[in-house]
Amino acid sequence: MWHWIQRFSSPKHFYGMSAPLIKWFSVSALLLGVYGLYLGLFVAPTDYQQGESYRIIFIHVPAAWMSMFVYMVMAVSSGIGIIWQIRLADMVAAASAPIGASFAFVALVTGSLWGKPMWGAYWVWDARLTSELILLFLYLGYMALQSAIEDQRSADKASGLLAIVGVVNIPIIHYSVEWWNTLHQGATVTKFDKPSMHIDMLIPLLLMAVAFKLFYAALVLVRTRNEALYRDRNRRWVRELVERL
Amino acid sequence: MNWSEFFHMGGYAFFVWTSYAITFAVMLANIILPIVQRKKVIARIKRSIKREQIEQNREST
Repeated sequence: MWHWIQRFSSPKHFYGMSAPLIKWFSVSALLLGVYGLYLGLFVAPTDYQQGESYRIIFIHVPAAWMSMFVYMVMAVSSGIGIIWQIRLADMVAAASAPIGASFAFVALVTGSLWGKPMWGAYWVWDARLTSELILLFLYLGYMALQSAIEDQRSADKASGLLAIVGVVNIPIIHYSVEWWNTLHQGATVTKFDKPSMHIDMLIPLLLMAVAFKLFYAALVLVRTRNEALYRDRNRRWVRELVERL
Repeated sequence: MNWSEFFHMGGYAFFVWTSYAITFAVMLANIILPIVQRKKVIARIKRSIKREQIEQNREST
């Protein structure tokens, strides 16, 4: 079992295996994204309270979900890297950070552009917004630690610990709209009873969420391959591979 | 619904389209940056291979 894990988590094996996956993930992300945007912008009905402004939801909510999902991927693979010393896990964590940061950034910016017409302000120091901003800073902190520490193993350990400690922020983001009085509207999809959303709005939203997830899958593979090439730059498999390029 | 109505977004055009434009730009950067990074890493490895070969040749002569 252990032997099997080591073989399949070797950067060389990963590099060879990931190439066709990238193509499939990006093609399906594009198709679902275009269809989701079509349904979201042309088919979904106008919201009875928010008018057309609510159409920001089709990028805002998937980006916010992804900012948390990618963070969990980063923290879990950092943990795997620290505990079992699987180098590929550290590479996945390092590759996820900039992608997750950009999702958090998109969630904050689109939220701000949605907040202005609905709440009258681009920014309020509200629990949901503040905890999402902290999430962005956690990503940036991870990236800063990665690039500041010369020795790769120490860099992975330090930034990985930051990622793991920062997990505490994830439930805070999720439950912030329930725990505190906030301007941010409550959950409309992830409720145990029926989602309180029109089905013609819900379907494009879920399509966009899947498209974002597939897009991340493609991006994290591309970036992990770069990490593998860079970190193994003095190993034979990279040398042989680069000479053939 | 006609196109001008669509772009007008019920008066929220600025907020909706700025959101979409920024999202699109960030996604595009997410595609381009790792491709550039890959080229840089490969070029760097190629350079060090070449440097090592030159050093080896110098030692052997």
